[in-house]
Amino acid sequence: MALSPNLSTSRWFQLAAVIALAGVFVFPLWQITLEAAQFPGGLQMHIWINKVSGSDKHIVKNINILNHYIGMQAIHPESIPELKYFPFVAYAMMALGLLGIWINKVWYYGFWFLLLAILGALGIYDFYLWLYDYGHNLDPKAPIEVPGMSYMPPLLGEKDLLNFYVKSYPHFGGLGLGLAVLLGFASFWTKWKFNKMQ
Amino acid sequence: MITKSLKMVTAATALLALLYSCGGSDTGQMMEGDAAQQAYVAPGEYDEYYAFMSGGYSGQITAYGLPSGRLLKEIPVFSQYPENGYGYSEETKPMFNTSYGFVPWDDSHHIELSQTEGEFDGRWLFVNGNNTPRIARIDLTTFETVEILEIPDVAGLHCAPFITENSEYLVSGTRFSVPIPQKDVPIDTYKENFKGLINYVTVDPEHGHMDLAFQIEMPGFNYDLARNGKAVSHGWSFVTTYNSEQEHTLLEVNASQKDKDLMAVINWKKAEEYLEQGKFTERETSYFHNLMDEGSGIVNSTERTTTRILDPKECPDMVYFIPVPKSPHGCDVDPTGEYIVGNGKLSADMSVYSFSKIMKAIEDENFDGEFDGIPIINYEAALHGIVEKPGLGPLHTEFDGRGNAYTTFFISSEVVKWDVVSKEILDRQPTFYSPGHLVIPGGETRNPDGKYLVAMNKITKDRYLPTGPELAHSAQLFDISGDKMKLILDFPTKAEPHYAQAIAADKIQPNSVKFFDIESNTHPHATMGESRSRVERKGNEVHVYMTAIRSHLAPDNIEGIKLGDQVYFHLTNLEQDWDVPHGLAIQGATNAELLVMPGQTRTLLWEPKRQGVFAFYCTDFCSALHQEMSGYIRVSPQGSDVPLKWGLNEELHNDEEAALEFQENARKLANSQ
Repeated sequence: MALSPNLSTSRWFQLAAVIALAGVFVFPLWQITLEAAQFPGGLQMHIWINKVSGSDKHIVKNINILNHYIGMQAIHPESIPELKYFPFVAYAMMALGLLGIWINKVWYYGFWFLLLAILGALGIYDFYLWLYDYGHNLDPKAPIEVPGMSYMPPLLGEKDLLNFYVKSYPHFGGLGLGLAVLLGFASFWTKWKFNKMQ
Repeated sequence: MITKSLKMVTAATALLALLYSCGGSDTGQMMEGDAAQQAYVAPGEYDEYYAFMSGGYSGQITAYGLPSGRLLKEIPVFSQYPENGYGYSEETKPMFNTSYGFVPWDDSHHIELSQTEGEFDGRWLFVNGNNTPRIARIDLTTFETVEILEIPDVAGLHCAPFITENSEYLVSGTRFSVPIPQKDVPIDTYKENFKGLINYVTVDPEHGHMDLAFQIEMPGFNYDLARNGKAVSHGWSFVTTYNSEQEHTLLEVNASQKDKDLMAVINWKKAEEYLEQGKFTERETSYFHNLMDEGSGIVNSTERTTTRILDPKECPDMVYFIPVPKSPHGCDVDPTGEYIVGNGKLSADMSVYSFSKIMKAIEDENFDGEFDGIPIINYEAALHGIVEKPGLGPLHTEFDGRGNAYTTFFISSEVVKWDVVSKEILDRQPTFYSPGHLVIPGGETRNPDGKYLVAMNKITKDRYLPTGPELAHSAQLFDISGDKMKLILDFPTKAEPHYAQAIAADKIQPNSVKFFDIESNTHPHATMGESRSRVERKGNEVHVYMTAIRSHLAPDNIEGIKLGDQVYFHLTNLEQDWDVPHGLAIQGATNAELLVMPGQTRTLLWEPKRQGVFAFYCTDFCSALHQEMSGYIRVSPQGSDVPLKWGLNEELHNDEEAALEFQENARKLANSQ
């Protein structure tokens, strides 16, 4: 059966987009896994919209202990400002999304999904900058110095960093964000189709 | 003289061994083709069972994996352990308090795992100290000794700590009868003055805490080993005795004269009733109870001064005797609780008793006289049957849950498999050499796991590469899943394991603690964070509040210590990851080192002996920069004005006030002399 949008299809897509976006409060956005012989199962660090956690509650502390040997700054989630205001951005986008269900106009759906896509891209760029800073801004008095070596984890993919094999991929929250953009686009597209059919 | 009689015994033993070992196969031929594969646990794989072996004269316990025979850990129990500071650290020193003072060694014999409904529950492990009578409890989440209870008015607590099927009681008896209460009497007044005690210690079902509930005053025999009834015989204890001759010298001859000794049969449910009715006498005594506080890891030691005694003469139907052939050693109860095996170590036959027949004989009052008011049950009336000529020197029996019993024979050096009901001998295999105890996982419970058997031998001789006059003891692992026992592994063990118990790994492994949660650390001298590390002086006591985290100790520079000071290093390991202990060794320490687990605080007393600058360092290779994990402490002469200072990678903090106070005190002291 071909998709034949009716009066409320776009609204349903928009609602689904808001629910998918709400996933960023339920699941981490990103997961960075550090694998080494001495750490069976690896160390999993989870980056959420509002916190940094891991496979156990001491993971950030334990990664900081390891990182200090190569002069990386300690990760102090409480001093990362993004973790404080990103949740409000997400809440605002969810509110604007719900507003779209009520307005139900093609231009509004277009505006919402484009805004979400731009904010998402900016968020990833910001994450990249943090990773770059952690990886390159090293303490000159670090006990272990490898000439020419930097420790930036990959934004997406896998990489060898000294004794660790580092994997970096989106987690469910990050995938939910991507899905929200696609669903937002779907509500825009179905609305546009519906208007054309009228 | 002694040498001569030893030689005679050895010669006699050799002769007996010759007589009985016909048909035994050559030791070299014993290993079958796939045996190595059966005991093989591939790298990275886990063993199926934990086996806990007592250490005998080491006073400790060792944990092995089965079937690999890998040594997993030595758990310090009754002996100080400089390797990690147990018994040397301020927190653990009180664990060794007894009515005799600080006793830093004991002889550990029998392992008992806690039970629920007749099966091992994997919570605690109990072991006896033979020499200064004590029972210890080990927590199986941490593999640490957390409690030691002294047993008063007994001597040689060999017969201990046998557990009941719901861990209601740990039952123990005195190996050596003594005057009770102790008094200065001629030794040859044994028969009139010497008594034995059988002790019942309760185990709190929630925390495992031990408490001496009551003691039964018995005739002056040697109480050797015990088992408690299970299933049908739950509520009863069986205790073997030797020296019913009541001799006090050259026991090897004089205590081996009677054809039969006596096994005590005790109705402890009846004893509970008498206790309830107040039919006990309370006696003044002294014994110590040492308990580790979970949050701080500090052992609190308290003296207890009264004990409740039940006298069988005033408590009828509580204790009976039953004859057992010649100087029995182990008495073992089969998984159904119906059959009780008396291992008469100097007898050629083994007596198997039937619990229902014992009950019948008691009901019919089928007695053969009495001893000290205790009725002696008619031997034949209680007998299930006799295992005829199974071997020489039966010591201990365990069960496989399929109706078979396995008995060690010390003199003929073998394990013999026999059918409990038919008493038919099914198989025999030599061991190398002279086994004492044997263990089958769950072998004393209602539900044994009859897959493996470990024989623990008393004599090693040529089994391994020689190591001078002192040799490790040897153990042999048999696969007993088939009709015939099959030797699959031979491995050396630490010190002298007496009894051992083995338990399925999955009853312990999931509960094993990886590290102590630092937020639950309630130690009064814990340092919660590096920024709080400091040094405080109180008179000539100096308290160093030190932290350890990879890869530094804080503070690592300390000045202002004076000769005559007592310096307490309170080291808190701030790590919160698995397997990151930190150690602390201080030059010139006359006690030991500390090994501190993540989240834990431990204290070592250091008394400087000379002036100068002394190094301290972490002893556990914790990280790539472990060798850098060190520091200095400066010791100045008494009365010097070097102020108290400390720090880590910074200007040293200066506790001016403390320094002034100290000077003031020193001046006062100087003036007063």
